[in-house]
Amino acid sequence: MHELSVCQALVDQLRDLATRESAQRITRVLLRVGPLSGVVPDLLAHAFPIAAAETIAEGAALAIEDARVRVRCRTCGAETDAEPGSLVCGGCGDFRTDLVSGDELLLVSVELER
Amino acid sequence: MCNTCGCNVTDANRHLLDEHHDHHHGHDHHAAEAGTAAAGGSVAVLKRLLDANDHEAAHNREHFDEYGVLAINLMSSPGSGKTRLLEATIEALGGELRIGVIEGDLETENDAARIRAKGVPAHQITTGTACHLDAHMIHHALHHVPLRGLDVLFIENVGNLVCPASFDLGQHRNVTLLSVTEGDDKPAKYPVMFRAADLMLITKTDLLAVIDEFSPGRATHAFRALAQESPVLAVSAKTGAGLETWLAWLRSEVAAQKTRAAAGETIRPKVQSDGVALHSRGAA
Repeated sequence: MHELSVCQALVDQLRDLATRESAQRITRVLLRVGPLSGVVPDLLAHAFPIAAAETIAEGAALAIEDARVRVRCRTCGAETDAEPGSLVCGGCGDFRTDLVSGDELLLVSVELER
Repeated sequence: MCNTCGCNVTDANRHLLDEHHDHHHGHDHHAAEAGTAAAGGSVAVLKRLLDANDHEAAHNREHFDEYGVLAINLMSSPGSGKTRLLEATIEALGGELRIGVIEGDLETENDAARIRAKGVPAHQITTGTACHLDAHMIHHALHHVPLRGLDVLFIENVGNLVCPASFDLGQHRNVTLLSVTEGDDKPAKYPVMFRAADLMLITKTDLLAVIDEFSPGRATHAFRALAQESPVLAVSAKTGAGLETWLAWLRSEVAAQKTRAAAGETIRPKVQSDGVALHSRGAA
């Protein structure tokens, strides 16, 4: 259950951002979380109100975008969808691929009121 | 990650940023980190959620490099033999390499006591309920583990195949253990952890004689299916089988770290945030 640690780090970032932007309130937070980030979006959504309680982010809506697992093959060059547990090339089947997306754990944007 | 603002711009997320503001590298920190909106509205950020941890990890890594110490993060399920591997490693190399250990567990000093009994300095972190170590805990532990004179520092993470993989501690290498009692499909079940391995170590191979369900070949295949090119070694800390190959890997990593540190260079463990790869290719 490291999602709570992740949410606490998120709230710290939101606090810094709110100070810098002279915001009175944060209304919406958009994250992008890939299946290979090691973080479960549902657990994040549950942990966020706990971490945000009595902070400037209290009551903010949390939106979490999924990210598809995509790999680029070093052998044939194809870019294909993959599964978290199998990152082989969907074209030629070679295992030597690079991850194009799927491990994101990003704070994308914040909506705030000044 | 971009050194200036800590942002992570990739092919996959660039459109998110472009929708909000122009992103120029070689930029003013705040302007790039957060687009400005006059009376409220949306502010683009694009920062890793664990950015603060990553920064502290980078400081730990600088500290290790300053002393030329190789830092290895040992990760696995509980009970796959991390401490036993360390005991066997110390027995074999104690006269040759100067070893230090940071132990992470929810409770007890048991593991640190086992390591100290081998004559090696060990500091125990008890995390209480936390399921992983983070860079801040390691920073504090370093006040108790003098790096001067060490060749290698092992950080034995909390036994857990999920959470520790998400937190950079400042280590140079990740070693992930898979004991033969756990099942050979573990890499497919826990891809985040096994993607992060610079070395997969199959442990307790002495039990293969009685556990015929486990195939080292299948375990290796599942590991490779994660686009993993890292080496796979098999050891029994109990009988010593395969230990020499592990020790050879360790010696070569220690030597490589000395060379890097002398040249003012460093290395990060296998999985890097996508932004690092992007920026280091000079594509941004």
